[in-house]
Amino acid sequence: MKLTLVTGLTGLILLATIVELLRRRQLREKYGMLWLGVLLIVIPLSLFPRLLDNVAELLGVAAGVSLVLFLGIVFLLLVCVHLSWEVSALEEETRTLAEDFALLRAEIDAERAARNELVSNDG
Amino acid sequence: MVNGKRVLIIIPALNESGSIADVVGEVRGELPGVEVLVVDDGSTDRTAAVAAAAGARVAQLPYNLGVGGAMRLGYRYAREHDFDVAIQIDADGQHDPRYVPKLVDLLDENDLVIGARFAGEGDYSVRGPRRWAMVMLSAVLSRVAKTKLTDTTSGFRAANRRVIDMFATWYPVEYLGDTVETLVHTARRGYRIRQVPVAMRKRMAGTPSHSPAKAMIYLGRAFAVLTLALIRR
Repeated sequence: MKLTLVTGLTGLILLATIVELLRRRQLREKYGMLWLGVLLIVIPLSLFPRLLDNVAELLGVAAGVSLVLFLGIVFLLLVCVHLSWEVSALEEETRTLAEDFALLRAEIDAERAARNELVSNDG
Repeated sequence: MVNGKRVLIIIPALNESGSIADVVGEVRGELPGVEVLVVDDGSTDRTAAVAAAAGARVAQLPYNLGVGGAMRLGYRYAREHDFDVAIQIDADGQHDPRYVPKLVDLLDENDLVIGARFAGEGDYSVRGPRRWAMVMLSAVLSRVAKTKLTDTTSGFRAANRRVIDMFATWYPVEYLGDTVETLVHTARRGYRIRQVPVAMRKRMAGTPSHSPAKAMIYLGRAFAVLTLALIRR
């Protein structure tokens, strides 16, 4: 009973955190929805850990808890890969921005130099 | 103008304030009428100011992107300003600008011309894992490009309009991507690549690393980069 309380509470606190972050717009919806979806599966399991026993038996896993552990690790790994992918895309975007910025600055410098030359020739 | 073509010399530079003025000065002295663009890849020293004072155009990146990032910026500049030829030269002074007209001439029948060490002119030698990496790269890349390439990591190369257009939109920023991967990509798209022997000089500033551990890591990374480049489309 105690264990159910601990796991259930943890799930609810996580849910509250995600909702609050979404409410403050500190989490993009595409990520928030992912975690809400995960919690929708995790919270019932934390209250009734035996729910997965049938599925576990079907897959040849001794206990439902082991299955949850395995699936959890696979899921986290996928999330990490996804985040690396997102960071790669972001780096490509900032690279393009940095190049654009340098090109514009070179353009402005050249124009300013040309104008200064014109002024000094006039005077 | 070199042989009737508008030529841009691109010099990627990272903390090269010790040598950049001499390199820019020499290029401008040897090749009057070419534009020199120094791409300052987020230097923390006075590279940009020194290069500008020496008479180069300077494009300053806000932070370090790596040679690949600096080079794509250079090719984008070349495309926007309508240059016929873009030539990449190292900022440490090891490339002799007197070879530039030779490279430009060869662009009549080729799309990308590489100034190569070890190809007969000058003396330059490497040993150990670094040498194995070079042998592996030149063997594989020569096959891919269907031409003899002995110095695949050379930073002395000339590109015509077609290749400038391609490099302005596609230029890998990753390690060795600026040399190895661009060669694979260019060759696979049917562009003609050609190397010419050039003598390399001692660097004016800075020293190359000689640690064997670093050489081993270099070999491993070269292999990884090459494999990736070959399985990419």
